[in-house]
Amino acid sequence: MSRWRDEKASIFGDNSEMNLFLAVLMPFLGAVLVALASRRGRAFAAWCTGGVALLSLFLLLPAMAASFDGTTTIQRLTWIPAAGLDLAFRLDGLGLLFALLILGIGLLVILYAHYYLSAEDSLGRLYAYLLLFMGSMLGVVLSENLIQLLIFWELTSLSSFLLIAYWRKREAARRGARLALTITGAGGLALLAGFLLLGEMVGSYDLSVVLASGDIIRAHPLYVPTLVLILLGAFTKSAQFPFHFWLPHAMAAPTPVSAYLHSATMVKAGVFLLARLFPALSGTPEWTWLVGGVGVATLLVGAVVALFKHDLKGLLAYSTISHLGLITALFGIGTPLAAVAGVFHIINHAIFKAGLFMAAGIIDHECGTRDMRRINGMWHYMPHTAVLAMVASAAMAGVPLLNGFLSKEMFFAEAHAAAADWRVGIFLPAAVTVAGIFAVAYSLRFIHDVFFNGEPIDLPKTPHEPPRWMKVPVEIIVVLCVLVGIFPAQTVEPLLAVAASAVLQGPLPEHNLALWHGFNPALWMSVIALIGGVLLYLGRKPLFVLHDRLSGRLDARAIYEHGLRTIIDFARRVLMRLEAIGLQHQAAVLILAALILGSAGMLGAASPLTGSRSLLPVDGVSLLAVLTLIGATLAVTVLHRQRLTALIIVGAVGLIVALAFIKFSAPDLALTQLSVEVVTIVLLLLALYFLPPETPAESSKSRRWRDGTLAVLAGGGAAALAWAVLTRPANSIAGWFLDNSVTGGGGTNVVNVILVDFRGFDTFGEITVLAIAALGIFALLENLRLIAPRRDVAGRRWDSDVHPLIMATFARLLLPLALLVSVFIFVRGHNLPGGGFIAGLITAIALIMQYLANGVTWTHARLPAHTHPWIAAGLVIALLTGVASWLFGRPFLTSAFGHPSLPLIGELPLASAMAFDLGVYLVVVGATLLILINLGMAHSVSHEDEHAKEGPWKP
Amino acid sequence: MSDHPAHLVILPVLAPFVAAVLLLALRDLPMAARRWIATLSVLVQIAIAVALLMTVAGGEILVYRLGDWPAPWGIVLVADRLAAWLMLTTTLLALFAVIYAGDGTDRQGRHFHVLFQMQLFGIAMAFLTGDLFNLFVAFEILLIASYGLLLHGGGPARVRGGLHYVILNLIGSTLFLFAAGLIYASLGTLNMADIARQAATVAPENLGLARAGGLLLFAVFALKAALLPLFLWLPGAYANTTAPVAALFAIMTKVGAYALLRADTLLFGPDSGALAGLYEAWRLPLALATLAAGMIGALAAPNLARMAAWLVIASVGLLLTAFSADTAGIAAGLYYLPHSTFAAALLFLLAEAFKRRRPVSADFFRSERDMPRHALWGGLFFFAAVAATGLPPLSGFLAKFMILRAASDAPAIIWVAILLAALVGTVALARAGSALFFSTRTVESLPPGAPALLVDQHPGEAADPPTGPRELTAILGLVGLILALTLAAGPAANFADTIALQLSAPELYIHAVLGGSEE
Repeated sequence: MSRWRDEKASIFGDNSEMNLFLAVLMPFLGAVLVALASRRGRAFAAWCTGGVALLSLFLLLPAMAASFDGTTTIQRLTWIPAAGLDLAFRLDGLGLLFALLILGIGLLVILYAHYYLSAEDSLGRLYAYLLLFMGSMLGVVLSENLIQLLIFWELTSLSSFLLIAYWRKREAARRGARLALTITGAGGLALLAGFLLLGEMVGSYDLSVVLASGDIIRAHPLYVPTLVLILLGAFTKSAQFPFHFWLPHAMAAPTPVSAYLHSATMVKAGVFLLARLFPALSGTPEWTWLVGGVGVATLLVGAVVALFKHDLKGLLAYSTISHLGLITALFGIGTPLAAVAGVFHIINHAIFKAGLFMAAGIIDHECGTRDMRRINGMWHYMPHTAVLAMVASAAMAGVPLLNGFLSKEMFFAEAHAAAADWRVGIFLPAAVTVAGIFAVAYSLRFIHDVFFNGEPIDLPKTPHEPPRWMKVPVEIIVVLCVLVGIFPAQTVEPLLAVAASAVLQGPLPEHNLALWHGFNPALWMSVIALIGGVLLYLGRKPLFVLHDRLSGRLDARAIYEHGLRTIIDFARRVLMRLEAIGLQHQAAVLILAALILGSAGMLGAASPLTGSRSLLPVDGVSLLAVLTLIGATLAVTVLHRQRLTALIIVGAVGLIVALAFIKFSAPDLALTQLSVEVVTIVLLLLALYFLPPETPAESSKSRRWRDGTLAVLAGGGAAALAWAVLTRPANSIAGWFLDNSVTGGGGTNVVNVILVDFRGFDTFGEITVLAIAALGIFALLENLRLIAPRRDVAGRRWDSDVHPLIMATFARLLLPLALLVSVFIFVRGHNLPGGGFIAGLITAIALIMQYLANGVTWTHARLPAHTHPWIAAGLVIALLTGVASWLFGRPFLTSAFGHPSLPLIGELPLASAMAFDLGVYLVVVGATLLILINLGMAHSVSHEDEHAKEGPWKP
Repeated sequence: MSDHPAHLVILPVLAPFVAAVLLLALRDLPMAARRWIATLSVLVQIAIAVALLMTVAGGEILVYRLGDWPAPWGIVLVADRLAAWLMLTTTLLALFAVIYAGDGTDRQGRHFHVLFQMQLFGIAMAFLTGDLFNLFVAFEILLIASYGLLLHGGGPARVRGGLHYVILNLIGSTLFLFAAGLIYASLGTLNMADIARQAATVAPENLGLARAGGLLLFAVFALKAALLPLFLWLPGAYANTTAPVAALFAIMTKVGAYALLRADTLLFGPDSGALAGLYEAWRLPLALATLAAGMIGALAAPNLARMAAWLVIASVGLLLTAFSADTAGIAAGLYYLPHSTFAAALLFLLAEAFKRRRPVSADFFRSERDMPRHALWGGLFFFAAVAATGLPPLSGFLAKFMILRAASDAPAIIWVAILLAALVGTVALARAGSALFFSTRTVESLPPGAPALLVDQHPGEAADPPTGPRELTAILGLVGLILALTLAAGPAANFADTIALQLSAPELYIHAVLGGSEE
């Protein structure tokens, strides 16, 4: 670890402390910039994009230079230390290699894309997305913190989603994008789980710690689940069998995207992870079998399928899958030398495959199709491009003198060497040789079908050489292929050495990058692959027939889409069921839940149901009242369809409850109950008018049984709980209220003192509830057009004598008396039964009487219809009473009281709480009137047409 | 004893109340003036919330004795870190909801701003009260104000959704009374700190009643939080109401979640003797089931508003899953709470923005021609989708990461459920975005069978021309909140940790309210 370098001690000084962070951040900022700059022309956008990539590269240079000395640069920014998640960046040899690939190939792709996209496609959007991706990918390879790595990992999936769906109006693009996002997203989630487990094992998400803790990790009981989860992430991203199928569908993206993301960089993220975590996870049989097995399977599947693809990009996609399998297999073999070969092949494949995709893009661009059955004989139309493509595909086939040959040869050698240890005998070398044969065959097919094989068939466009600068990126790549292929030691060796030693986190094994290693098994395997590949291609016809017959049998995407459709259909069915559940069922569920929870609570303890309190004797009156109550409740249930009758019985229930309050010495409650009853009945009568007088029986018999059972159980439960409560001795804070009512609250009526003083804040809230209810109902009624029936149940017209003389006269006479009563009730409230709430209700009832008796028009002339100001005034008074205590340095709603003596009246008990009670009074009056008047006005509107002529009764 | 203003604790409650009364008294002012009052009021509330948060951040628990009556007899308001954190979340959310409402929603019916402020009044009271019955009162205020807001603008779909909402919640209120009665009967008090203290020494013969009361409370809170199976009132109510109301209601389920958390850590917390851990057996299974149900609904939802409503349900599931995982889980959940609230609100506002710009399909997932400023709305949707599914790099991911981390010792089912839910969310929102933004057409015709789906929509609004800058301000404001929560994840997560720490020591709360005096 001594080689790790604290950035503070860097020779580049303090100003470079954040350069890794900035290098990653730059493309994200650039994306925004380019999206805005693209209005100023395509070339400008391209220059901006390229400039951003160059800037990132520049920012990385110091750390890159350092990494060649074997120094690992680590830079940190604090983010969420509590969760072990800091922004920590790391550049070592492996990061260096990938950063170079990402930025280098990125620059080529930026240049290429400028020529590739047609004028009607937004170049700015493509560049912005590409930069998003570039930043994300740089983040993946330069992360020191695993969770941060995952964040960038998922960002590559998201930017890939946007890029695949670039041509958003194409169905294939949208589906391909979603498919890729789902598969790689799922992998990302597995990876997150894997990283979390890894972090739990070693106590840190820092790569430095993880890489140094290989022994702890491998010995941990959770090693296998961790490994599997991480591999799921790597395999989905790197399109390993059986998750490979998203990659061919990602080819719906514009070709620069395919070249960049889906062959050179993003799909390498999976193998990057294998390389990155190689010291921590490898070296166990599980690793070898899983990674090696999947790698070889992918290698074979990809190579075989590639041969049969008629789509140019389809062939390249499967070839990419196959090569990714090759790299995976190398890491799976697990020897240091194999890891070196894996890193080498990452470089080589990225280079030649990017070139091939670009060449394919040129051909597609010029021909208007990618179908190799139609694109033939391009040699005559674009010889320059043909040479470039042929060199690159020869590299793909592993032809000597090109870079692909070198790493493939190393792969063959490693496969051969591993065969002995792996106890798989001849299988491994045989499998890789077969894959090699297919690789040669499909490379040959690419060359032969496209550039020779007669004349083109029915092309949409007449092909010709592309613009000069479109070929430049391909030329650069091809030159690299040749240079590396012929002079590996002079070109790629230093980079490979530093990258591979970063992978191994230790000394590099003896390896020799050279063209000629003598006649060894690897060479023979190469020869077999080359000759076999040519033969296979020559004899391809029967194989194609066979393939056509078998194709479609096992389409992974079809399986995936079928699965997804099944899930979504299931979800839709569930949703339809759920949303169709009516109110009654929901209420039943709620009551059932309460029943279950309540029972669980009661039965979960060994408490007896009946308490220790001795029972009072039953007197006749109480018994009668209770029986009446039960009878009335049953009657309401039975008669609930006849609404008016039911309403009257409900009134009876309310009256008996009021009697019960009196019996238990709660006259306040009784008074409140009585006045609430009156208001409720008026309200319900007004509402019932608009409803059909009878409800049809809608419930099925089974449902009635269900509801009945539930009701009996819930009611029984409630009764049992009430019984349990009432039979227990009261042991509560209630005594304190009795003791303090007079001394502390200045009133002898404890209920009132509790309401306006001890718990005045509750009342403060409850009058607000009343006010809100009134306002809400007012707002609701204003939007409502109610259609009222003109006749009653029996078909009779409603009585036209709406304001009978006697009633009107008495109502007017009663008004002052009623108001006086309410004042009386209000004033005595603090000491005797009464109070603002009851007084308010009495006032409201008295006023409502005027409406009932005299009609709306008459009353309106004398009373405001909108009682908003009363409500507001009530709330303000309540508020001010509360706030006033602040003046005395006391908390909200602190009361004061005194007994001032006034002339004539004598001693008057006054408490500040009475002002509060006045607020209560006003809100109650205002709210009750607002509700009832407006509901009543809905009435007068509804039968206006009938009574308009008559007008109200006039004395 | 401390240098905070003496009445700071009650200010979050009184500020919206004053605004509401003022708006009611001045209801004849021009709408522009009323909007200013409403917005200014929310700004003041944010300032108060910030002041409160800074005051309690150090660990002090402020107790405000209403009427100057000592606890447990009088009502107390209690401001601890949890309450302050939730107040800040609520007021920030409210700011952008009220700004958005100024875009014309507030003209669709009467008293919008009054009801809106009353709603905030109720929420503040619920978060700050230290008294069980006062919590009931707060729930009543919430319920009645939210019912008024839900119906704002009218229309049959709203009335239907609102009816389910109000009836179920009235049953819930009744159950709350039962529960409060049982707790009072068995423990003899309603002060929450005192309940916790009495619970520690509850007599065996009263244990059953106390347990029944506590579990009935669970039912009430679960209903408020929209926990399975008591969640069906939510989609119809939220998806059909106006956008700013739905956005504000993103915090409403959190009130239920808050109550569950408070009950769990205080009333039936570790020191509550035989009543400790009363909810343990119920919470996690129901939370996971809710998460699953929410994701199923989101996957199947035909339009964005409905999807957002189902995601609200799922987020409650995730939140309570987090709360089930010890102190670290509570901390992670408390970081997740504001995120999920803002993300849900953002989705509701975006759904409305799309409705306005897609005259035929509204926010249904079917193709229509490009919206005006397609790229902008697409970008905003992408952001919201990333936030809502908890994909990196936004706070949703960070929260998910913290929750998973906290649950690493818990049964593996939690991990599986959370990760699967994230996957389903990704699929659902990718499909939604794909339909809304990628698959656009130039034709304006309606595909056959489409109108049936559109019946519940309110045709009046679709024709409205895209409106002023408030819409975008509100949306960008929520985007900014999520970004801030992401960038400041360190301090935010730290604070969430300190909240959880405080909750894990209920004796601090009890001591602050009741003092050292032994009853």
